[in-house]
Amino acid sequence: MAERPNKTLADRAYHIRRNAVLMGQVQGQGYIAQALDIADVLAVVYFHAMTYRPDDPDWEGRDRFLLSNGHYAIALYAALIEAGVLPESEIETYGADDSRLPMSGMAQYTPGMEMSGGSLGLGLSIAVGKCLGLKRKGSKARVYTLFSDGELGEGSMWEAMMSAAHHKLDNLVAVVDVNNMQADGPSTKMLGFEPLADKLKAFGWFVQRVDGNDIEAVRAAFDAAKNHAAPQPRMIIADTLMGKGVPFLETREKNHFMRVDAHEWTLALEALDAGRPA
Amino acid sequence: MKKHAPPPVKTGKPRLTTSAMIASIAAPGQATRPAPFGHALVAAAKKHSKIVGMTADLGKYTDLHVFAQACPDRYYQMGMAEQLLFGAAAGLASEGFTPFATTYAVFASRRAYDFIHQTIAEEDRDVKIVCALPGLTSGYGPSHQAAEDLALFRAMPNMVVVDPCDALEIEQATHAIAAHQGPVYMRLLRGAVPLVLDAYDYTFELGKAKRLRDGKDVLVISSGLLTMRALEAAALLEKDKIGVAVLHTPTIKPLDVAAIRREAKKSGRLVVVAENHTEIGGLGEAVARALLSAGIHPTFRHIALPDAFLDAGALPTLHDRYGISAKAIATRIKRWLK
Repeated sequence: MAERPNKTLADRAYHIRRNAVLMGQVQGQGYIAQALDIADVLAVVYFHAMTYRPDDPDWEGRDRFLLSNGHYAIALYAALIEAGVLPESEIETYGADDSRLPMSGMAQYTPGMEMSGGSLGLGLSIAVGKCLGLKRKGSKARVYTLFSDGELGEGSMWEAMMSAAHHKLDNLVAVVDVNNMQADGPSTKMLGFEPLADKLKAFGWFVQRVDGNDIEAVRAAFDAAKNHAAPQPRMIIADTLMGKGVPFLETREKNHFMRVDAHEWTLALEALDAGRPA
Repeated sequence: MKKHAPPPVKTGKPRLTTSAMIASIAAPGQATRPAPFGHALVAAAKKHSKIVGMTADLGKYTDLHVFAQACPDRYYQMGMAEQLLFGAAAGLASEGFTPFATTYAVFASRRAYDFIHQTIAEEDRDVKIVCALPGLTSGYGPSHQAAEDLALFRAMPNMVVVDPCDALEIEQATHAIAAHQGPVYMRLLRGAVPLVLDAYDYTFELGKAKRLRDGKDVLVISSGLLTMRALEAAALLEKDKIGVAVLHTPTIKPLDVAAIRREAKKSGRLVVVAENHTEIGGLGEAVARALLSAGIHPTFRHIALPDAFLDAGALPTLHDRYGISAKAIATRIKRWLK
């Protein structure tokens, strides 16, 4: 865990949201609603669950984090900045020419980015290979991977679900962000995936379903995933709210790739400040 | 024949069958070696401790079963899931291993292309993709005929593409690609694989084309199975006093442009590119580009598969039909020389 004590997880989440909004402002639009919905999960991942060294992102003993949904890069950069892996000064370069922070996450561009996402449905297969590799090496490190509910439409995800259980990958913790929104509309209306917990249990996973914006519940789920004894992969289904923390964005329609007017970015930052934990 | 054609007429003559060459592409009586890739990988794995073997339910059909038996703790059966196979191979490579991942060429090139593109090539992972049934080496029809695999993998940045000719070269190339850092696509002949290049004092070098024989009338530039056929065609044409040089070009990418230009520049020879691949996007177009961009423009002909979904049937029949058998090659070269 990063050595920046005396901050609560809620405060970490606040800073992750704030960093994301500042990056969104650079572009004027983007995947800001997703960044806001997943900030609480990332706060727990980077400031409670994972072991890593901010000044040495390739440290062999680190837990790995695979961002399958590459368009969530804005959220991960926000977390990596808060974690001290990336400098705050790069916020203003987000998605600009020659930036290390491209709009879609890529392994070759960004310290702390372990895979190139963007083409959805890749992460869980890579995670299976990494978990097999870590076991081969006798490493105790875990692989954490985040993907989105829309990715459940990709057949490769189900190949990887079967494989992770088949190979008893107890060093794998996957999180699916169920915000029920993908490019063309609500995920459950695009290609139904419920009852998701039952499906994943039937696939051989240890499954927990939590309110992904309830930090204590998320923390408990990651602890349970870590402490679970059975030799099976762990899945956390995180139900989240798009735009969480900025009320006027939480209720905005068509929010997959959100356009935000210039004056609204300041309002968004003010809304975050208003909701900041004391 | 397709379903709207009349049923075949009984002739009383025995017909060749599709299954006849499943276990081997070798002609009757031809010298072969069994499973050269599998045995070479076992040997390479002794030198390179990071090598692991992976497959998607085609271990037995890509000769990887030899490795699985010799090194069971370094072998991953991933099930019939090619996207997972290559994604997981990338994951293992990202942890420092060198996966040799096998399947059929159609499944790697067509089904798992994006996975290979994004998780292996784009991230420059040390994964060796080794695929049986390249080009037209199956009589099952388009589902198993990877006529376009070279075009697809040539177009992928970072990817090295190798098309070995025979058992000797498969063994040598397996060691060479194991020693090479980075993604490689290698075509594979499996089972009892013909042994041809032992007669030519040949050694495979990654990225190098080598002249196997010289000749004054024709220069054949070829790779893979078609080098074997070109050598046979050259022997047939020799009886007609036609001298055929064969420049074997097993590394399709990066192409040995210097050797190709050097040989093609020698004046007066017909230049023929011969490949077990669709006429689109393979060795032929790569050679044409190499020559034209250097101002070299010999008379140029191309022996390749047509831009069509190919028939099902027995391989010898199909190779004759599509002009890639030794006899068909010799006949066409003679016609082109008139």
